[in-house]
Amino acid sequence: MTIVFVRNRKVFSYYLDLALRSLQRTPVLTGLMVLAIGLGIGASMTMLTVLHVMTEDPLPGRSARLFYPYLDPLPVNFSTVAVAADPRNDLTWPDAMALLQAHRTSRQAAMAGGSLLVRPQGTNLRPFYVDGRYTTADFFTMFGVPFVAGDGWTAKEDASGAHVVVLTESLARKLFGSANAIGKTLRLEDLDFQVIGVTMNWAPRPLFYADASADRYSDADQFFLPLSVAVDRKLRVNGNQSGWADFTGDLHDPNTTWLQFWVQLDTPQQVALYRQFLIDYSAQQKALGRFQRPPTNAKLYSLMGWLAYQNLVPGDVRLQLWLALGFLFVCMVNIVALLLAKFLRRTGEISVRRAMGARKRDIFVQLGIEAALIGVTGGLLGLGIAQLGLWSVRQRPDDYAHLAQMDVPMLLGTLLLAIFASVLAGLLPAWRACRVPPALQLKAS
Amino acid sequence: MQIRPILATLHHHKLTTLLLMLQVALTCAIVCNVVFMIAGRVQRISLPTGLEESGLSVIHSIGIGKDEQPWIQHQADLAVLRAIPGVESAVAVSFSLPLDSNESSYTTCPDLQALDRMKQVMSTKGSGCLDPSVFDGSPGLIGTLGLRLIEGRDFSRNEYVVGEKTPPVAIITRALAQHLYPDQNALGKSVYTGAGKPIRIVGIVATLLRPNLRGQGTDHDSMIWPQLPNNPGVDYVLRSNPQNQRRVLEAAQAALIKANANRIVDPKYMRTYAQIRKQYFQRDTTMIGLLIASALGLLFVTALGITGLASFWVQQRTRTIGVRRALGATRGDILSYFQTENFLIVTFGIVPGIVLAVAINLTLMRFYELPHLPFFYLPIGALALWALGQLAVLHPALRAAAVPPVVATRTV
Repeated sequence: MTIVFVRNRKVFSYYLDLALRSLQRTPVLTGLMVLAIGLGIGASMTMLTVLHVMTEDPLPGRSARLFYPYLDPLPVNFSTVAVAADPRNDLTWPDAMALLQAHRTSRQAAMAGGSLLVRPQGTNLRPFYVDGRYTTADFFTMFGVPFVAGDGWTAKEDASGAHVVVLTESLARKLFGSANAIGKTLRLEDLDFQVIGVTMNWAPRPLFYADASADRYSDADQFFLPLSVAVDRKLRVNGNQSGWADFTGDLHDPNTTWLQFWVQLDTPQQVALYRQFLIDYSAQQKALGRFQRPPTNAKLYSLMGWLAYQNLVPGDVRLQLWLALGFLFVCMVNIVALLLAKFLRRTGEISVRRAMGARKRDIFVQLGIEAALIGVTGGLLGLGIAQLGLWSVRQRPDDYAHLAQMDVPMLLGTLLLAIFASVLAGLLPAWRACRVPPALQLKAS
Repeated sequence: MQIRPILATLHHHKLTTLLLMLQVALTCAIVCNVVFMIAGRVQRISLPTGLEESGLSVIHSIGIGKDEQPWIQHQADLAVLRAIPGVESAVAVSFSLPLDSNESSYTTCPDLQALDRMKQVMSTKGSGCLDPSVFDGSPGLIGTLGLRLIEGRDFSRNEYVVGEKTPPVAIITRALAQHLYPDQNALGKSVYTGAGKPIRIVGIVATLLRPNLRGQGTDHDSMIWPQLPNNPGVDYVLRSNPQNQRRVLEAAQAALIKANANRIVDPKYMRTYAQIRKQYFQRDTTMIGLLIASALGLLFVTALGITGLASFWVQQRTRTIGVRRALGATRGDILSYFQTENFLIVTFGIVPGIVLAVAINLTLMRFYELPHLPFFYLPIGALALWALGQLAVLHPALRAAAVPPVVATRTV
């Protein structure tokens, strides 16, 4: 047994050697500890990955400049407790149009979901329904929708109610094959629309611009057409329409909300100004007698803030996460106990090393390396168990299920968490073991 | 059996004993709550809809032609469906069915005064009005669905209205009757919706579950209106023999398209009621599986810990055991020594475990809307952990009992 203190690398490899030998001497115990860490890490990383994919930024690079206005047009005594959908999560037609026409932002778009019947012409395809979005011109530039051909429509076409439509690649291919779809006519319900653009199959996850009734992790829009046309032609709206008075069915109704509204604000000053504008607008509406509640109820949410407010992660997923973390904690307590028993049993060997000059610190580091080794092995096992766990999540019929995959940061995070948990679990046992005094134990036992 | 020497030994290994106690406490607390949640979910997925679900299938059709009166087409479709061999009865509904997630509800008030109160306050709270779920359907709905009429009668032909008009009469569930008219007989009374026209109650059914469960005590508040479905989208409910439901659904799809090709019949919405129920509760079923797996995992890890530690202690105390055996202790004494030691550790762990179980339950009640943990779960959890501990320590204890007395004479 050569003890060298000169170069750290040699010392480290010496400790590593000691650790490996010690672990091999008690294979069953080592196996139990690796299994415990593996199970705990596997379960935790499965649920942490699911949470990670559900709370990711849907538009990295743009989300910091996108905001969602929130107005409170409800009557004073209207209770939102028993209602299925809070009307304030959307805007009424008059409010949305007022915000649009005020032009206080560089880019802005009003939108709502639609579900229309496609009547394919000149093919053997039977009619089918598609989901899409009724929106205004800035939608494409504001969200950076990638086009493969053509472009979106202009504000002038919005105002004139031009019958134009933008399709996604897959819908264009389904209807027109490999031919260029630009310029072709598409029959939706009983109206003809001219295809002016084809986008890539684009769907940010979660689909942040859709309303609360959508499946934000699996829905995707297949077509986009001007909002003005949808309202004029009374096309079917696919989303919540909540109101506080008798609904007349007219989408221009000032007492029913159904529109989502997104704005782009580039500097913090613009954000503050727009926030104030919303409050001023509410005050003006209150003076006109439309709004009843305090104007300061009007808010401006950032994109991530709006997603957090909507609580997209279901309670069940959160509960599963807490269960997994609780399981990890119990596994760690298990390992602390087993490591304690294992290290304290080696007081003879430790006291010999201490008598030969090892400091408390050295013993502590060496035992720590032993714990870390268990962490590495357990982490690899945990990675395998987590992949199995994520596979089982992907079999679920939930809308987020297909996203449950580990990316490289999560893979590395798994190993790091395993090593961290093991070292943490090994702190107390290592500390107790390194306190063994050298002299006493040299007596024959 | 002397407890004191065991306690003295445990005191000597304070830290390890404490850790084992902590593990037992956490496992007891979590497993108690997990088993309770499993029981709650199992109860939820076995909620009776009030329908005779066996043999019931639903097929959805959307008309895409220009139809002025879809009801005429639905009548023709029903005739075609009833002619399919194997179909015992068929009805059409347009709004919703129990557990299919599409709900249509109307604010309903027991009398005009309640309606006025609600209109003044603009909320149903405190006015006596409720938001029951409303079901429409063609004649024969109660028979085809298999609902149990406990009072009054079914609708008569001339009481039906076409489309979404307010009907003159209604059939309500027993739960809704009790909520609207507590301690009175609801039969013959009239309810009022926002339209202000009286709707006389002519029948009461035992149970009819809402399409969407909210768990607020209102899940059985339902009302059936004699409305003939007049929307292009319609659900046809077919009753047949449970063995040939799939065949009947496919025959129905073919027959409907043959009768009128101007429609869309999506295979995704051709389902037996068993499938509808399974899809509605899929989240709960997954959760039950996960809860069972985590409870078993926790018990497994705790058992591993107990076995591992006990093996270690047996190895460590081999000489002591040998000495005791040499001094006259029998194998049974050694065995019961280790079993008792484990029993004590688990007992010391269960006491804080029970307190922790109640604390966890209170936290879950606040954040996840769980009910209060019934007290009988706690002794059951304790018993389970005692049994687990005894089983886990059995193997090391048997190995300890097998240590021969001659070990006492060895110095190595």
